[in-house]
Amino acid sequence: MPEGIYCNKQPITTDEALKALLSDTRGKKYYEEMESLEVDREKLWSSIQKTMKSRMKTWLSVCARCGLCADSCFLYLVNDRNPEQVPSYKIHSTLGEIIKRKGDVDNAFMRHAMEVAWSQCTCCNRCAMYCPHGIDIGIMMGYLRGLLYSQGFVPWELKIGAGMHRVYRAQMDVTTEDWTETCDWMAEEQQDDWPGLEIPIDKEDADIMYTCNAREPKHYPEDLAEAAILFHIAGENWTVPSEGWEQTSLAMFAGDWEACKLQVQNVYAAIERLRPKRVIGTECGHAHRATVVEGPYWAGRPDGQPPRPYIHYVQWVAEALRTGKLKIDPTKRIKVPVTYQDSCNYVRNWGLAETAREILSYIVEPGYLREMTPNKEHNYCCGGGGGFNGIGKFRPQRNKALLTKRDQILATGAKLVISPCHNCWDAIRDLEEEYRIGIDWSFLKPLLIKMVVVPEHLKPKDDDGDA
Amino acid sequence: MFAFLTGPMLWLSFAIFVIGCAWRVVKYVRGLDWQLDRVPYGYYRELAVKGALKSIFHWLTPYGSRSWRLKPLYTAAFFLLHVGLVIVPLFLFAHVMLVSERFGLSWPTLPAGLADALTVLAMAAGVFILLRRFALPEVRIITTAHDLWVMAISLAPLLTGFVAAHQSGDHSGWLLAHIVTGEIWLIAIPFTKLSHVVLFFCSRAQIGVDFGVKRGGQRGRGIVW
Repeated sequence: MPEGIYCNKQPITTDEALKALLSDTRGKKYYEEMESLEVDREKLWSSIQKTMKSRMKTWLSVCARCGLCADSCFLYLVNDRNPEQVPSYKIHSTLGEIIKRKGDVDNAFMRHAMEVAWSQCTCCNRCAMYCPHGIDIGIMMGYLRGLLYSQGFVPWELKIGAGMHRVYRAQMDVTTEDWTETCDWMAEEQQDDWPGLEIPIDKEDADIMYTCNAREPKHYPEDLAEAAILFHIAGENWTVPSEGWEQTSLAMFAGDWEACKLQVQNVYAAIERLRPKRVIGTECGHAHRATVVEGPYWAGRPDGQPPRPYIHYVQWVAEALRTGKLKIDPTKRIKVPVTYQDSCNYVRNWGLAETAREILSYIVEPGYLREMTPNKEHNYCCGGGGGFNGIGKFRPQRNKALLTKRDQILATGAKLVISPCHNCWDAIRDLEEEYRIGIDWSFLKPLLIKMVVVPEHLKPKDDDGDA
Repeated sequence: MFAFLTGPMLWLSFAIFVIGCAWRVVKYVRGLDWQLDRVPYGYYRELAVKGALKSIFHWLTPYGSRSWRLKPLYTAAFFLLHVGLVIVPLFLFAHVMLVSERFGLSWPTLPAGLADALTVLAMAAGVFILLRRFALPEVRIITTAHDLWVMAISLAPLLTGFVAAHQSGDHSGWLLAHIVTGEIWLIAIPFTKLSHVVLFFCSRAQIGVDFGVKRGGQRGRGIVW
C-alpha cells in the first residue's frame, strides 16, 4: 500500500479530514497503516539536496565523536546512560544514515527514525552548549522531523495538530467566533470584581497586542481573564486581535514548515493590521519560540524580527514590577519553599534567565527560593518538550523522561514550582499525577493576582447603600 | 627520493593543504542560508562578531567553557594533543632552521626539552583519547573507522619526528618517514574530519552568531554559548 486512508503524505487541510483522523481513536488504524506506508525515496533525497546547507552538512561531517554531548542530554542520563541515547548517535543513526544512503531507506527505518525524532529528543538545544564544535543536535532533529513529516511518518497527534493550524490557524478547533465570544464572556464575568475591566478586541494603535495559547480559550479561559485583570491593574492600553491571536505552533513540533509559515503569517498580519507598539505573548515557551524566535524566518523576514517588538510574558511582568505598574504587597509574598522552572524555549533560546529571577525577587519572601541544579541556561527540559507531552504512543518514554524534573524538584525541597510555560506546566502536573511527590505548580498570573496591590479606584464600589 | 619529498612533494602538500582548507571555508560560507538556517547573518554585525569571537575564544581557552570544565581529564588530553600538533611543529627549532635556511625567515623557537616533553605528552594524549573511545560505551557507540584513521594520521608525524630527532647515527629512515607522514597529514586535512582545522572556526562562529544575535545574546549577560 503506497499511502493509507489515515496515514499518508497529504497534510490535513479540511475540517472533514481533521474529524476523520480524530475519529481513529488513539491513531490505531493510522499506526497500522504506517507499517506499510511507502517511502518516496527520490523525493526524500531531492528535498535533502535542496534544503540541507553547509551548516548542517558540516555539523554532520566534522562531529569528532568525542561524546561530550552524552552527559548534556537528560534523556541519556535518565535512561540509565543508554549509549543509544547519546545525541550524536541519535542523529547519525537517523539523519546521518538517510544521507549516507542518499535517501534509500525503507519503511522500518523511517518508523524507527520517527521514534528517535519524537521520543528521544525534545529539541531542548542543551547539547549545543556542550559540543566543542557547536553542533546543535536539537536543530538537526527538527530538520529530520520535517523530512519524516513530508513522508507521512509523524505521530498521529502531531499530524492532527499541524492540521489544526492549517484549518483553524490554532492548535485546537477554536474559531474566530469561539475566541471573541470567550473574550466577551471573560470580560463580563469579571465585571463585578473589576468594574470597567475590558478585553478590547481589534483596537488599533494600542500599546500592547496580546496573544495566547489556544488551550487558554479552549480549556482554561480564566487564564485570559487573569491576563486582562493584570493589564487592567497595570493600566495598560491593550488589545487582542480577532484573528491572529494564537501564538503556538504544533506544526513546529510536527516539522510541518508550510503550516508553521501559515500560522505565523496570521499573527504578523494582525500586528500589521492593528499596529500595536509591541506584542506580548502568554506564558508559553514553544509559542514564543515559534512566533518570535523562529517565526520571522518562516515568514521570510531577513532581519529575524517580527513586525513589532514581541516579548514574552515574563518580560512584561518584570518590567511592570520594575516600573511600579504592578506593586506587590510584601505581606503576601510567597512564603513556602518555591522553585522556578526555566523553559528551554525562552531561556536557552531567548536569554530570559535573569529576567525571571528579577520577578522572583519581588514575589518570593527572601530565603524561600530554592534553585534547581542545574538551572538557568543549563536547566534540563521539563521532560515533555518538543511535542513529547502530547504523543500517546510515546507516553511510557515521556513518563520516564519526567523523572529528571521530578528529581530536580525533590532535591530543592520546594513545595511550589513556578512555571511560566504551558508545556512545562503540563509536564509538572503529569509528574505529580504519575509520581505523587506532593507539589503545587503555577503560572505567574494567578500568583501575581493574589499578591498585587489593587489601586483604590479599581476596586468595586461598596453598593450596600443602594440595596 | 629525499630531494623529491622535501622539494616538489612538500610544495604540493602545502598547496593542497592551503587551497583545500580555503576551499572548505569558501564552500561553508557560500552554503549558509539565512532562511533555512534561521539566523540573520546579514544583520546586527556588531552582535554577530561579538558572539562569534566569544564562542571561539572560550572554546580555545583550556577550561574556558562549562563543557571543558565538566570533563577535566578529556580537556587536558584535548589541549595537549592540539598543542603538540599545532604549536610544537610551528616553533620547533629544527623546523624554524629549515625555513630560515631556505627563505631567510626566522622566529623564536621552543627549548628542545620543552618541545620533547610536549611531543611526548601529545602522543600520550592521543593514545588516551583512543583508549577512551573504546573504554566508554557512550563514545564507543559513535566511533567509526574514520575516527581511528584520523588519529593514526595525526600521531604518525609526531612519533616519527620524535624518533628521528633522538636517534643517534644514521637516521635518514625515520626522517624520511617523518616527512612522508607529515605530508600525508597535510594532504588529509582538507579531505577528512581533520578539516576541523578550519571548519571548527566556521561552525563555532556560526553557533556564536546564532545564540549571540538570535537566541538570547541580545538579552545576554556574558553567557558563553
